[in-house]
Amino acid sequence: MSITEYFELVITDYTLRTITLGTAVLGAICGMLGSFAVLRKQSLLGDAISHAALPGIAIAFLITGAKDSNVLMLGALVSGLIGTFWIRGITSKTHLKSDTALGLILSLFFGFGMLLLTFIQKQPNANQAGLDKYLFGQAATLVEKDVTIMVFVTGICLIVLLLFWKEFKILLFDADYTKTLGFNTKFIDILITFFIVLAIVLGLQTVGVVLMSALLLAPAAAARQWTNSLKVMIILAAIFGAFSGVLGTAISASDNNLSTGPVIVLVAGVFVLFSFIFSPERGILFREIRFRKNRNDLQLKKTLQFMYGIAKTHENISHPHAIRILNNFQGFTKGSLRTMEEKEWIQLKGQEWSLTPVGFEEAKNLFNQQKND
Amino acid sequence: MKQKFAIKVDDLTVAYDYKPVLWDIDLAVPEGVLMAIVGPNGAGKSTLIKAVLGIIKPIAGSISIYDKPYKEQRKLVAYVPQKGSVDWDFPTTAIDVVMMGTYGSLGWIKRPGQKEKKAALEALEKVGMLPFKNRQISQLSGGQQQRVFLARALVQNASIYFMDEPFQGVDASTEIAIINILKELRKAGKTLVVVHHDLQTVPEYFDWVTFLNVKKIAAGPVKEIFNDDNLTKTYGINYKVAINK
Ligand SMILES: Nc1ncnc2c1ncn2[C@@H]1O[C@H](COP(=O)(O)OP(=O)(O)O)[C@@H](O)[C@H]1O
Ligand SMILES: [Mg+2]
Repeated sequence: MSITEYFELVITDYTLRTITLGTAVLGAICGMLGSFAVLRKQSLLGDAISHAALPGIAIAFLITGAKDSNVLMLGALVSGLIGTFWIRGITSKTHLKSDTALGLILSLFFGFGMLLLTFIQKQPNANQAGLDKYLFGQAATLVEKDVTIMVFVTGICLIVLLLFWKEFKILLFDADYTKTLGFNTKFIDILITFFIVLAIVLGLQTVGVVLMSALLLAPAAAARQWTNSLKVMIILAAIFGAFSGVLGTAISASDNNLSTGPVIVLVAGVFVLFSFIFSPERGILFREIRFRKNRNDLQLKKTLQFMYGIAKTHENISHPHAIRILNNFQGFTKGSLRTMEEKEWIQLKGQEWSLTPVGFEEAKNLFNQQKND
Repeated sequence: MKQKFAIKVDDLTVAYDYKPVLWDIDLAVPEGVLMAIVGPNGAGKSTLIKAVLGIIKPIAGSISIYDKPYKEQRKLVAYVPQKGSVDWDFPTTAIDVVMMGTYGSLGWIKRPGQKEKKAALEALEKVGMLPFKNRQISQLSGGQQQRVFLARALVQNASIYFMDEPFQGVDASTEIAIINILKELRKAGKTLVVVHHDLQTVPEYFDWVTFLNVKKIAAGPVKEIFNDDNLTKTYGINYKVAINK
């Protein structure tokens, strides 16, 4: 199946449509909430939460003996939340730094989860197979019920986001100040964290424990490159996330049955790479171009300044001087002389240069200009 | 005549983990003074302000703003945090930051409207930042960022202002602009508590001073207590030469 065939099929094929819608919604909610994680510099939190969810999935299965995705997700939610609040507790009650607490919870919970998975696999129960799909996710298992829940949670998340927009924004920027204004910062914080946990748990079935945090962070990191507005950043992150979901599903469905989760994450990664290089303001490409241009401009102006110093000593500012006296001046090149001639700052005649009135004025005003910037 | 105190701190002790940072502080700030808090790095100046504002929970002691707990008086108080305490690369604009000063009076959920916007613009005007209102905050100079923070506090329209190193990293013209605003506020009867580092300018800018180094060394009118003796006690080295220059 080619990509175009895929998009034709999305319209007619019910299963494919469900999966595509699911991954799109998932990408959108992850992008939205990932923005908060990125701006709070809590990038590792997502990783810790997703790993902390694993034992919950295993325990939910052990208790119910069924592989109902909603029940397993509930288990994931509970253990994800427990992990998160332990992290908070450890950081606030002990000397440990937050990355230590995150790492600790991540490995403890994940280790315990893996232990349970191995234990489950040894059970003589025909039903046990396939729990390990939660490690790397399997979008193909998404059914309408799963997608309905995703849409529902995303809707609630949107409402909460709009309702508490002002509170979220100020907490992200300046938590201490928010507290002095009388806001219950703990409540706002827990609200954000709760939704991040929810988004991660929603994604486990599709993207899996191991890669989930990438889907949370990548769209947001990419979006940050394109805008200086929080609102636009969150909208862009949601769009990037949704596109990653759809494109990832399309690619994996059309090519050798590649695993969907990793492909979605890779697509999101391409968004990040592209944004880090090509975004106009923050991207490295344009930054480098701007840097070079500024450096060349400055080099040129320094040379002009040097010429101005020489020309000033003569009554006639356009008195010709030998090019050779510039040789000792650092940063002078033949090319820069030509550029200066193009700008009509100087005139070149044989082995001599002379300042034009335009160039003279330019040099005289150089420092004034810079001051006004 | 009995003096009215804007801020009273009794037996305040604060510790991070087991390390005491403020030890048994008693402080009474009279209404209407422009007070400097001076002390070496790590003396607990920021911590003192944070404890008064309820950001940090003290181990012991009581704090009152006009004889009531901070919680009941928070609308009377504005705060300018240390500039380095926030990420200036946050995606937002100068006017947006100033607008945050109105969030406290707005309360939960309610969004700022025209009235709040007008107040923010006026505050920006006052600190000379109106032309930069839509500038992304990371593209402001250090002095301009400091002005934005000041404007945010001005919007709170408070009676007491706490400012943590408002002169940090600003050029001379910004420093003059800021001190003029502070003096204007004092003239309007406001009380100002300012963490300050430049000892040379204390007598010129302030009328009240608190020397702090974990313990309170001294507090009172600049004219009476700003002397070598207290400076030496606070900084642990002889300050005579430095000050008399
Ligand atoms: N969040 C914190 N956790 C642990 N120690 C802290 C924290 N904040 C400040 N400290 C310590 O408390 C002391 C006082 O800090 P601070 O009030 O910021 O001093 P100042 O503002 O006078 O420079 C310093 O020794 C500092 O290292
Ligand atoms: Mg400080």
